[in-house]
Amino acid sequence: MQIKVTINEKMMELEAPYDEFLMDTLRRYGFLSVKKGCNTGSCGLCTVWLDGKPVLSCSVLSVRVNGRNITTIEGVQKEAREFADFLVKEGADQCGFCSPGFIMTVLAMKRELSNPTEEDIIHYLTGNLCRCTGYQGQLRAIKKYLGVV
Amino acid sequence: MRIVNQPISKIDGMDITTGKPVYTDDLAHGHELAVKILRSPYAFARIKAINLEKASRIPGVECILTYQDVPKTRFTMAGQSYPEPSPYDRLILDEYVRYVGDEVAIIAAVDEKAAEKAMKLIKVEYEILEPVLDFEKAIGHPSVVHPEGDVTVNMDIGMDKTKNIASSCKIEVGDVEAELKNSDVVVEGTYYTQAQAHAMMETYRALTYFDHNGRLTIVSSTQIPFHVRRIVARALQIPMGRVRVIKPRIGGGFGGKQTASVEVFPALVTLKTGKPAKIIYDRRETFACTTSRHAMRITVRLGADKEGNIKAIDMQALSDTGAYGEHAPTVFAVAGYKTLPLYGKARAVRYMGHAVYTNKMPAGALRGYGVTQGTFALESAINELAAKLQMDPAELREKNIIREGDAHPVLGETPEGKPVVLASSALDRCIKRGKELIGWGEKYPRKVVSDTKVRAVGMAITMQGSGIAGIDTASAVIKLNDDGFYTLLLGSTDMGTGSDTTMAQIAAEVLETTMDKIIVHAADTDISPYDTGSYASSTAYVTGNAVIKAAEDMKKKIIEAGAKLFGVDSEEIEFDGEFVRAINKHQSLSLDEMARRLISGEGKLQLVGTGTFGGDTSPPPFIAGFAEVEVDTETGKIDVIEYVAVVDCGTMINPNLVRIQVEGGLVQGIGMAMYEDVKYSERGKMQTDTFMQYKIPCRKDIGKITVDFEPSYEPTGPFGAKSVGEVVINTPSPAIAHAVYNAVGVNIRNLPITPEKVIMGIMEKK
Ligand code: FES
Ligand code: FES
Repeated sequence: MQIKVTINEKMMELEAPYDEFLMDTLRRYGFLSVKKGCNTGSCGLCTVWLDGKPVLSCSVLSVRVNGRNITTIEGVQKEAREFADFLVKEGADQCGFCSPGFIMTVLAMKRELSNPTEEDIIHYLTGNLCRCTGYQGQLRAIKKYLGVV
Repeated sequence: MRIVNQPISKIDGMDITTGKPVYTDDLAHGHELAVKILRSPYAFARIKAINLEKASRIPGVECILTYQDVPKTRFTMAGQSYPEPSPYDRLILDEYVRYVGDEVAIIAAVDEKAAEKAMKLIKVEYEILEPVLDFEKAIGHPSVVHPEGDVTVNMDIGMDKTKNIASSCKIEVGDVEAELKNSDVVVEGTYYTQAQAHAMMETYRALTYFDHNGRLTIVSSTQIPFHVRRIVARALQIPMGRVRVIKPRIGGGFGGKQTASVEVFPALVTLKTGKPAKIIYDRRETFACTTSRHAMRITVRLGADKEGNIKAIDMQALSDTGAYGEHAPTVFAVAGYKTLPLYGKARAVRYMGHAVYTNKMPAGALRGYGVTQGTFALESAINELAAKLQMDPAELREKNIIREGDAHPVLGETPEGKPVVLASSALDRCIKRGKELIGWGEKYPRKVVSDTKVRAVGMAITMQGSGIAGIDTASAVIKLNDDGFYTLLLGSTDMGTGSDTTMAQIAAEVLETTMDKIIVHAADTDISPYDTGSYASSTAYVTGNAVIKAAEDMKKKIIEAGAKLFGVDSEEIEFDGEFVRAINKHQSLSLDEMARRLISGEGKLQLVGTGTFGGDTSPPPFIAGFAEVEVDTETGKIDVIEYVAVVDCGTMINPNLVRIQVEGGLVQGIGMAMYEDVKYSERGKMQTDTFMQYKIPCRKDIGKITVDFEPSYEPTGPFGAKSVGEVVINTPSPAIAHAVYNAVGVNIRNLPITPEKVIMGIMEKK
């Protein structure tokens, strides 16, 4: 099936089988930042934005996004690097495999929540698993980035 | 130190976090054959017939391979230095299938869909056999997991496969039975540790192709490129010289990728078809068809006098290695080697038992590598001994722990046949500091918070090693480039730990230069110097020492080359990292200028520094871990309020990266203590093969984590460093179990510590 989407502010026409998930379509078209960590919608690695809201791209059928707006981390590099700088300064960038999905969720959180508390942050990010860092360094980085005390 | 011991950012940090295409699958060009595996639905069976007729007619199918198509030489997938202690007990595909998920056929097709379609059409006739599922009943079971006659071993590992014994081991010092008899107090307990999954975020994957020289190239997310080269060469029966292994960025390993679980399958496809191939395990296969931590049963007996002087430690162990013996003998032995020396005052110590075959997924290497299992048993028993002696468990430890300068035979033997001396330890300080941080004085043993809630603290200590003494080696090569910057070539495998960065820090420190002048390359077996790989807590210590040697060698060569250019003796040359100066001649040359002149027609001299290191000892890092928990006495629910770990890993090469290693390891340890459990059905099918059934900690499942350091200085370590990667996972299980005991008086001796077990214990007490 052919779908028309805007990816990272560029109009694109994509060919996607009716049963393909957005994650696989995006990877097929070279958006390789999108990672897959599970088959069950449990890990958050595949998070991208659909019309500005974070979604699990492994659970969205590509045909359903016809006419909509998709953002991957490739499309928000400047902002992503701003936050990544905090993450890296904390040493909380370990294998990095969870990072694109995690950062997309953090950036979405920044847009959505004003003055979040530590609890709000943890709650917002619960669906983003990370096996390497133990989450503490990520939290320190977010707090510094958002200026949460 | 300018660069070592500084919190320098990871050199690859910005790129890996912002989604650059640097992992294995990102490097595929998209035209590889998709490789899929048909797997056994039975725990134990013999394949009577396979019919491929319908399957091979599916358009797009390139080849379907069965046990009749593979070399008949048995091998091990365990990533260990040759000669591997792990038995050669598997074929790429075998007539026997030994667990649910064992490989039956390899299907390669133009895309996944075609491969999957073909897979469904393969008809297999099985002779179903009675499986061995309970590891405690494996020895002497009527079924023999490996009935075949061609299993071989490289050394005597105490295998008796007719009894399902994969390996046996005995470590003994002194007369344990006599010391136990002479003890005023003896405690005995049997402890069970479960199989744990690595659950690294990037699942197993590899791609293979023939390069322009007709050599089989394997791009793999692996911790062990050099071992993979050897393993694949043996499995495929081709010369090692025809295999090249490239390791890109890795999305986590935790020991899982110390076993070559997937590489042989696409490699065989490429060999047979001449075409590029790719295998990507999904999460189910990653959970159910690779390796897990060895589940173990350990019975501990401790003897002490009334004052709490420990006289004897006896540990009798049984380990479940599953269908194949990857890492079976070594994980088993290490559970004793790295626990017995902790209580150095004991006069007699013993650790012995077997690893047994069962019809379950093979066990393998997982962070902690047996020490995690041994530590849970020993530390739980120590806490039970303290309770029996009515003594503060911290005091009991302070009385008995090994201290810096103590010798212990289980640490190893010197060339003169003397027991190895512990050259560095701040364990005593770790315990002291940990007590302060958790508030041991006020909180031990418990505080009743309400009618239904009790808070309590618990503790455990642990050690690990730094590389494998006498076996692990690493080499490093440093090249001076024509603009005065260096390339550091490594064979170690940064799997997210940041070892490429810490190695660059070491090189920059020795060469008195800045981080931006060091380019790190790792790892490609055609280019990198040999390194056993990043496992066994080796990279900081073993590769780190090799980097020091290589950098010093480079420095020496720069000075010699400078002397030649200036026409003076080497002693008259000074090098400060930036300039080479002839002391008396008042002449100087910048390094970039000198590099340009050396490489050109004038100098005709490429400077290359090399260094190789292998440890004679494996210096242990130490941790004292403290848990504070709140237990609901009505439901058994446990909340970790705080976890404190105080670490002695010697000098921290990079304090930020060390801290994250500790935090990450503690959380993985808390997962093992409370949530994670690889479970099988009655017929041997793994039930926990998704993140829905196998729970790893999320952000909400861990309380406050407090990490502090009490560094000792390890004289054989690079700048005084020891390892940190594995030791961090060992204390949560026993410390949390201890806190639960202090809260409600229930000893959980069977991991994980779940609310059901706690409430059952509470009810039994009533
Ligand atoms: S891949 Fe795990 S949630 Fe999408
Ligand atoms: S950094 Fe490895 S999974 Fe998060």
